[in-house]
Amino acid sequence: MATAAAVLPSGSQELHVLAVDDSHVDRKVIEKLLKISSCKVTAVESGTRALQYLGLDGGKGSLGFNDLKVNLIMTDYSMPGMTGYELLKKIKQSSAFREIPVVIMSSENILTRIDRCLEEGAEEFLVKPVKLSDVKRLKDFIMRGETEENGGSRVNKRKLEDDGHPPLSSSSLSSSSSSASAPSSPSSPLSPPPSTSTVAPFACDLGTTELPTSPLHSSKRSKFCNSD
Amino acid sequence: MEVGQMQRRLVDYTKSLFMEGFLDGQFLQLQQLQDESNPDFVVEVVSLFFDDSEKLLNDLTMALDQPNVDFKKVDAHVHQLKGSSSSIGAQRVKNACIAFRNFCEEQNIEACLRCLQQVKQEYYLVKNKLETLFRLEQQIVAAGGSIPLMEMGL
Repeated sequence: MATAAAVLPSGSQELHVLAVDDSHVDRKVIEKLLKISSCKVTAVESGTRALQYLGLDGGKGSLGFNDLKVNLIMTDYSMPGMTGYELLKKIKQSSAFREIPVVIMSSENILTRIDRCLEEGAEEFLVKPVKLSDVKRLKDFIMRGETEENGGSRVNKRKLEDDGHPPLSSSSLSSSSSSASAPSSPSSPLSPPPSTSTVAPFACDLGTTELPTSPLHSSKRSKFCNSD
Repeated sequence: MEVGQMQRRLVDYTKSLFMEGFLDGQFLQLQQLQDESNPDFVVEVVSLFFDDSEKLLNDLTMALDQPNVDFKKVDAHVHQLKGSSSSIGAQRVKNACIAFRNFCEEQNIEACLRCLQQVKQEYYLVKNKLETLFRLEQQIVAAGGSIPLMEMGL
């Protein structure tokens, strides 16, 4: 359960992810998913704790200057006290941390919720339960971004609504062109009915864990790309 | 019983849990995350689920026992239970929670009480099944064997 900074050879970077979830079970699972994907993880149980960790609550925070730099924040949406959405807003309002990609996780596939989060600057909205393929895809996306960061090409695309281009996250999923590891197969069989992606049909759907992630992305794609 | 037989018994038992809908693919996902560095990962996560669930079921019982039921609170508890059951692949518990939430929305006390019973039943069933599964695994390990990994294409 080590979250202490590892001594890394220069040139190779381990992603440091801050995971926020009030569910003990989900924290344990996301921590494992991230560790298996060779990420450093700091898991906290609330938005308040997350802000404390980052030092956004007025305190000094637990981040050393460079060492424990957070590269990605993954937060649950529904949490008591501060929701993931509120946490997202606070992070995006902060000059120090607004560039950190924030991913929202939710067990509910509610279109208005998804839209709201994306509009507020969330990188992606993952429907729970989060899978290893989701984490791997995210990691690839972030790692690519980290190396491009100095080139600045990625920074402009972070706010999805700005330029109308397909968001990086959906393109990393839908088109395998940029990412060799993008699991395009889960999304394709389910791209058809974006208009029916209201809560009820999917909430009642049984069994497969494939289903939850895809309609989300297909709904994102249909909104931004119109390429169904 | 020799190891091969035990392994076959485990595989058959696990398959039956999937066939009967007690577990879904998410459980397999968890098993796939387990490795030598953390050989008890699944047991640990499931234990957390048991602890959480029992607390939630108690909270639900109390909440529905109030003279003026706070349906928002009830719904919040069910939502949590739905989330954690989904995270470990306890499909039938999850589905029972989904039905439960619909009745919370309707503020139908009688139906909610029935749902609570249903959720409890499903929970205790899956708890029992999982404990049996873990016991079978332990037996194999104790006999020096290794736990066969299930494939997704059951």
